[in-house]
Amino acid sequence: MPSAVLFSKISRHFGAVRAIDDLDLEIAPGEFFAMLGPSGSGKTTCLRLIAGFEQPTSGHLEIFGETMEGVPPYRRNVNTVFQDYALFPHMNIAENVAYGLMIRGVGKAERLRAAGEALEMVQLPGYGARRPGQLSGGQRQRVALARALVNKPKVLLLDEPLGALDLKLREQMQEELKVLQRTLDITFVFVTHDQGEALSMADRVAVFSDGKIMQVGTPQDIYQKPRSRFVADFVGSSNVLPPDFVETLTGLSLWASLRPEAITITDQGGYEAQAISQSYLGGSTRLGLSLNGLRLNAVVPAGKPVPESGETVRIDWDRNALHLMEAS
Amino acid sequence: MVASSSSVPDGAAMSGGSPAERPAILPGRGGFFGAFSDRVWRSQGFLLLLLLAPPVLWLGIIYLGSLFALLLQSFFSIDEFTGLIQYHFTLSTYGELFRPTNLDIIVRTVLMASSVTLASAILAFPVAYFAARYARGKWKALFYIGVMLPLWSSYLVKVYAWKLILAKEGILTWLFAKLHLTWLLDGWLSLPIIGGYSLSVSYTGTFLVFLYVWLPFMILPIQAALERVPGSYLEASSDLGAQPWQTFRHILFPLALPGIAAGSIFTFSLTLGDYIIPQIVGSSRLFIGQAVYTQQGTAGNIPLAAAFAVVPIIIMGFYLWMAKRMGAFNAL
Repeated sequence: MPSAVLFSKISRHFGAVRAIDDLDLEIAPGEFFAMLGPSGSGKTTCLRLIAGFEQPTSGHLEIFGETMEGVPPYRRNVNTVFQDYALFPHMNIAENVAYGLMIRGVGKAERLRAAGEALEMVQLPGYGARRPGQLSGGQRQRVALARALVNKPKVLLLDEPLGALDLKLREQMQEELKVLQRTLDITFVFVTHDQGEALSMADRVAVFSDGKIMQVGTPQDIYQKPRSRFVADFVGSSNVLPPDFVETLTGLSLWASLRPEAITITDQGGYEAQAISQSYLGGSTRLGLSLNGLRLNAVVPAGKPVPESGETVRIDWDRNALHLMEAS
Repeated sequence: MVASSSSVPDGAAMSGGSPAERPAILPGRGGFFGAFSDRVWRSQGFLLLLLLAPPVLWLGIIYLGSLFALLLQSFFSIDEFTGLIQYHFTLSTYGELFRPTNLDIIVRTVLMASSVTLASAILAFPVAYFAARYARGKWKALFYIGVMLPLWSSYLVKVYAWKLILAKEGILTWLFAKLHLTWLLDGWLSLPIIGGYSLSVSYTGTFLVFLYVWLPFMILPIQAALERVPGSYLEASSDLGAQPWQTFRHILFPLALPGIAAGSIFTFSLTLGDYIIPQIVGSSRLFIGQAVYTQQGTAGNIPLAAAFAVVPIIIMGFYLWMAKRMGAFNAL
């Protein structure tokens, strides 16, 4: 079976700006794939290339084995959930959801029935007669999802779909999206700058920076075994240790990453560090430490005493928790 | 390495010494303007009154008042023998509008206004679309200048310039001859009604000048409407399978309709009321504006002039009602 999406040596340049530079990527059918990166890293351009809103400057793009050169968006069996939802304000919700079917010439009764089903699937039954302006952000997001899914696309693209929602709604939608993706068995490609979202939802994550993919892997891989400083830094508030310090620990002059939760406060052994800041997070407290001038973050679970600023504490970590990185 | 104190600026930078000494209310500015500002701040209604009183007085007395006086005049009649106005209520003046010659004037004007409106909407849309979607920075400025520049020069100068362009010995005739298309121009001019001896004395000429003069009033509202259509709507439509013409039909056109309606109010009502253009360029047959002008001037028939002037008001009212019924303002 061919890949759902295949990028081979794709570049997309806007004048002198290389939004995407010589990129290779393969997304498997039925996969929930996240593109993670800061703004301007090329992840959205990647999505727009799949949707067909952009054409690659060079390289080759395939969707389910079919080459996409010169194929306009309206001929691609791919649908997008837009960041601003892009619901049509002059149509009601049912007409919005049924739009793709209407364009394809599906009869009115049939397409409104399908729209009603799609709205039920996103838990908005009976909302068909309302206008987009009457819905909340979360509801609009669901409508945008229904409008895309009603067309039964081969690939569903989601461009920061949860960005505008508040935390509680976002967590709820994350769950629902995962369930939907499993039941429908459609390939989801998801763009986000929120590492928590990427890790919790995706089967695999690609971390973007400056138009290049820094690392592709499962959330566990990306989180526990970052290949470079950028990935370690961007995915979670990892401590990045410089080569000279790592050399004193391991004898190897390499950059290394150390997860905050791996650092424990002990009574003896380990290293002496100064506590410098505390941020209460509810379930835990993030503790800022200075180890001979090196800034480290640690996590103190709830219930454990939190050192005051200026206090000297002994810290230690499991040697296996220290992850040496191949690239700098 | 990390600052231990918080980042509040120290007291020296602030006036008035320690926090306890600083007053909770800052001293007033004093004087008339100080008191006035406080007064306005406390009462939004007062501010609204100040802002609205002059325009409301102007609109209410000068504008609506004179319109009402006009309406009143149209219910009087003129004595055929003495030429004096008879000040008692009658509908006979309105009855006169339905005489064939007067009815011709109304039909002629409405047909001209409709075709000018339709043509300017068709011409304006691509220009407005380009300006709203693609023009940025320098190009946008160029667009605004290009659209507005004709409005900077005198309307009369432009109309006379067009008379020269359209004249039998004018530049258009010359251009058609150079392109070996004289047969086309002659063929057009030989058509009934819209043709004539030359473009400058035909309805076609009148139409072209109207179209030129009112086009900016159509471009700008459409551009404003299209400016409010995010690019993502068009992408979403395309993403959902719509070919470009389907996106135009189902998304772009409905969303631009309020702008087209607004622009058409300008082009339609301005054409209905104009009396200069048809007088300078076109056949000698009258339009409503000219009828009003001759009735109240040379003929001295103020009631009939007033009745003629009411016609565009009624037509515009009807036009807006139709536009609303057809959903032109739904996307507002």
